[in-house]
Amino acid sequence: MSAFTTGQELPAKSYFINRAALVEYANASGDQNPIHQSEEFAKAVGLENVIAHGMYTMGLVAQYVSEVAGGSSKVQEFSARFTKPVVVPADVDVELVVSAVVGEVSDNTAKLEITATCNEVKVLGMTKAVIFL
Amino acid sequence: MLNPDLVGRTFPGTTSTTITQVSIDAFARALGEASTDVAPPTYAITISLEQSQAVLVDSGLDWSRVVHGDQRFAINKPLTAGMQITCNSTIESARVLAGNEIITVRSDLVESGAVAVSSWSTLVFRA
Repeated sequence: MSAFTTGQELPAKSYFINRAALVEYANASGDQNPIHQSEEFAKAVGLENVIAHGMYTMGLVAQYVSEVAGGSSKVQEFSARFTKPVVVPADVDVELVVSAVVGEVSDNTAKLEITATCNEVKVLGMTKAVIFL
Repeated sequence: MLNPDLVGRTFPGTTSTTITQVSIDAFARALGEASTDVAPPTYAITISLEQSQAVLVDSGLDWSRVVHGDQRFAINKPLTAGMQITCNSTIESARVLAGNEIITVRSDLVESGAVAVSSWSTLVFRA
């Protein structure tokens, strides 16, 4: 029997985003766009401040999904829309809160509808995963 | 503007990438993931986005105006160290909305003829 039932609310978990983490992600992913590292550059192109890589935020949400699923190898599908940038001021740990509701459950998969917010504002839209049971 | 004739075209990857444990470890560490037996679900972006960029820049688009709109992964086989990956990119759709050009590229990460991971990136080129 599956551990998941449709409509089940999964516990929220917090992740913290700061400038040092963005530099580490830039180096690991190869995405060195300066809007994710340089406050001066970000402001020069009209942003409020440095913003997190959308893929970094999505990557943190992927960790949530992997943990729920029981490992990265159990994640079959994962998608998100980048609706709001995550602004990361200097010397601040920005809290990303991730939670999910279980959607359709089949014999061997479960769908998850995921919510990701910073300061109570949704930063990702249409965030969905399919995990193997 | 993207030449509309390119929609539907597949650009086969010309080089292959061997996935290393070092690169999986670095990516996982950056996301706070302790387990590295397989790559995190979003790791494919490190291969697919570079390929998409090359294809679109060669097609005349200005990468400095790009914003990532949305992203999807379908994982048939999780990526692990030692896999030799060729990445084929297909321009699936292109449309213009309020002067912005919205392009979806599917990148298939192929190992030994089989698709391990497909990655769809929707990229918005701002007017």
